[in-house]
Amino acid sequence: MKSSRSLLGWALVAAAACAVPATAGAVQIDGAGATFPYPIYSKWFSEYNKIRPDVQINYQSIGSGGGIRQLSNQTVFFGASDGPMTNEQLLAAPGKILHFPMVLGGVVPIYNLPDVGADLNFSGTVLADIYLGKITKWNDPAIAKDNPGVTLPGSDITVVHRADGSGTSYIWVDYLSKVSPEFKSKVGVATAVNWPVGLGGKGNEGVAGLVKQTPGSIGYVELIYALQNKIPYGAVKNYDGNFVRASLESVSAAAAVAAGKMPPDFRVSITNAPGKDVYPISSFTWLLLYQNPKDKAKAKMMLDFMKWALSDGQKLCGDLGYAPLPANVATMVMTALNGVR
Amino acid sequence: MGRRARERGGFRLGTGAVALLVPLLVAGIAVVLTWDSLLSVRQFGLGFWKNSTWDPVAGVFGAFPFIWGTLYSSLLALLLSTPIALGIAVFLSDLSPRPLRQPPVFLTELLAAIPSIVYGLWGIFVLVPAVRRIETLTPAWLRRFPLFEGPPVGVGLLAAGLILSVMVVPFTASVAREVLKAVPANQREGAYALGATRWEAIRMALFYGRQGIMGAVMLGLGRALGETMAVTMVIGNTPRASLSLFAPQYTMAAVIANEFSEAADDLYLHALVEIGLVLFVITVAINTLSRLLIWRVGAERA
Amino acid sequence: MNGTRLRRRLASAAAVGFCILSVVLALVPLGFILFFVLKEGLPALTFDFLTRLPKPVGEEGGGMGNAIVGSAILIALAGVIAVPIGIVSGIHVAEFRAGRVATAVRFAADVLNGVPSIVVGIFAYSIAVMPFGRFSALAGGVALGIMMIPLIVRTTEELLNLVPPSLRDGALALGATRARAVFSVILPAALPGILTGVLVALARIAGETAPLLFTAFNNRFWSARLDQPIGSLTVQIYTYAISPYDDWHRQAWAGATVLIGAVLLFSLLARTVIRRLERMHHA
Repeated sequence: MKSSRSLLGWALVAAAACAVPATAGAVQIDGAGATFPYPIYSKWFSEYNKIRPDVQINYQSIGSGGGIRQLSNQTVFFGASDGPMTNEQLLAAPGKILHFPMVLGGVVPIYNLPDVGADLNFSGTVLADIYLGKITKWNDPAIAKDNPGVTLPGSDITVVHRADGSGTSYIWVDYLSKVSPEFKSKVGVATAVNWPVGLGGKGNEGVAGLVKQTPGSIGYVELIYALQNKIPYGAVKNYDGNFVRASLESVSAAAAVAAGKMPPDFRVSITNAPGKDVYPISSFTWLLLYQNPKDKAKAKMMLDFMKWALSDGQKLCGDLGYAPLPANVATMVMTALNGVR
Repeated sequence: MGRRARERGGFRLGTGAVALLVPLLVAGIAVVLTWDSLLSVRQFGLGFWKNSTWDPVAGVFGAFPFIWGTLYSSLLALLLSTPIALGIAVFLSDLSPRPLRQPPVFLTELLAAIPSIVYGLWGIFVLVPAVRRIETLTPAWLRRFPLFEGPPVGVGLLAAGLILSVMVVPFTASVAREVLKAVPANQREGAYALGATRWEAIRMALFYGRQGIMGAVMLGLGRALGETMAVTMVIGNTPRASLSLFAPQYTMAAVIANEFSEAADDLYLHALVEIGLVLFVITVAINTLSRLLIWRVGAERA
Repeated sequence: MNGTRLRRRLASAAAVGFCILSVVLALVPLGFILFFVLKEGLPALTFDFLTRLPKPVGEEGGGMGNAIVGSAILIALAGVIAVPIGIVSGIHVAEFRAGRVATAVRFAADVLNGVPSIVVGIFAYSIAVMPFGRFSALAGGVALGIMMIPLIVRTTEELLNLVPPSLRDGALALGATRARAVFSVILPAALPGILTGVLVALARIAGETAPLLFTAFNNRFWSARLDQPIGSLTVQIYTYAISPYDDWHRQAWAGATVLIGAVLLFSLLARTVIRRLERMHHA
């Protein structure tokens, strides 16, 4: 029975034959991390590959926690996270890791209430109490207060959060901790927390999927995931007391506040920033690189990509609902890139 | 003669050396799992399995919800699958006329061959919405019992138990069928000679092969305990032990699959590997026990 | 007297009815699953799907071409690792069955067979990913290969034992050494059956996802390199299934169709081999 053996052999040859011409000469750079910026990153990598076919950037969106871990293990060349690395994590890494902000995004509260026609408003304290398990029904007076004239159902709220280590979670709990001291003490701020209630979804995609399929649920995702999947999302009350929906403008407004006081290592939180039109749950998202990577050739290619992303790439942000970096921040980052050697 | 003996010795040594890789591999797995879980074992000790808090931030790891979810979902699967699997085994070994046997055998094999990910895919898009409907239609008086508490989300223990039972049926059925085939014909003939009905003869055969049947059931249990993908796609991935079938829960295999690549520090990773270690020990123990039981039936006959 | 007899007969009829019902009940989910996979997957099974790379998130179109090729490579790797080790081990266990090594190997193979695939993944991560500092196709192949070994050992042993002793006696009578007898006479006779076992083992690991999650990882580009992450059909189906994008869901179903098709193909091939083998031995 040689036929089955040769069948396998031919399969292998065919596979190799397909793959070789496409990858001949191309260098692959592996990265992993946040799902928050995945839509814009994947667009960037795809567009950049058209300009530079010899550079293939293979990014796996496994969550910010995963990105930090894999980078520290050096199983990937770069990481991506929307929660800045803690001092402990930085110390635990085998080399110095630098943060480079690339874009801005907003985390929105999504919900699945097929019988409610209007867009809902949420105050920060209401969201905190929902995620603490203190508010359990949709027609709770606290929610009704923010939404006068809207008939809310009496059904239970199914809370959805991230099951994996997530920068999106970081942004969300960072904001909730700022508006609710109880949330801060009970849950705290990190990429993976001990959620008091709720179901876990894997990645922004998983949370969006769960909310989309579960009536009566609430979750949090990056804006683009709500837009692309046509999931209704609510407005959030900002520091000044206005209910603001996430958008290019409102997230950029948050960035403008930070622009003036950007620390040199770029690790900054811009949630709950003051300003009339500011969207309160906005954040930078960072690419993480070693300051002295071992593979200098890959480092050069990566830096070339990042310079493209910080200039031409920024123009692609708007279509996907991300806010480009404020001009002065982009310049600061470009300068900081020179520090990678 | 000397050359012959040397060649034979060489043959034995050569093949033996390669063959030893297999036990070495098993030992290697045990060693690696133990070594990579030391931090967690040292820090938490046995309390790891009694504690219910899984808090990666504070570095507090308690794995009780995972072992609860694993056992609960697997036992539910056994409850649902065993009668059906035995029914199939009886049908295939006893009741069906010879020509009618091939199709069900082939179809049972097919059921066993479907990859876990495909079950999971079907689970997300077909089973979970169906379970959600069932949960929504549960009458209020029933909902008051702890077994049926909670909002009708669809994902949860019931969905996991159902999908596991479908996956386990073909394994238990095929082994049980082999066990029933091994029951000597004279036992059956004797029963019929004494005036037994069909069912009574079958019952006798089942009793005769009871150890092997137990082994078949345990084999199914072993399969259910280690199942990862289909379960993680329908169970809700929430580290909270609950009696309710409607509640989203978590299993040992599922938490490893979800969190392994993201364990952001060594203690976290070691905690996950410790879960893997215990999963390894449990499944090895159950599988070994089941094989002993199955061999017993064959040995008795010989 | 009559009442008891009637009761017994009714009980028997009920039990028999239950058994038949069980068969039907077991086939219902099977039918359901196959029906759904084909219903959702066939329409999405386009040429593009089979040959193209995935598109960026949110853009429609693209395919799983690289994932299909990746799976083929991983399966081939696993086979290359497991088949030689499995067959040689099986030979030893069959030839020297009473020996301590044989007993240890038989026991170990049974144990290995029952180890959950996710645990094998942890092991493969420790020995094939951590030391090299990267995810790789090789690590994925190692994980899958480890899972194949016990199946091949068992099949080889069983089939070598099935070969009629007259063949072995004849070879030895003609002056062959034990090794020669095995490799030149007995093994070739058992080969069709062993190949069947290999095919069945390949079909089984073709559907594995968990051990690949942190060994082969994933890759959105064409890749045939062993030292880089590689895409696989199963991991790609998983990623798409838990996403919220409808287009990705369609592609996940199409991927499932390809996967089931491959598994069916392997199974049918195995059955054909068995039938040929039976015909050969009866001739």
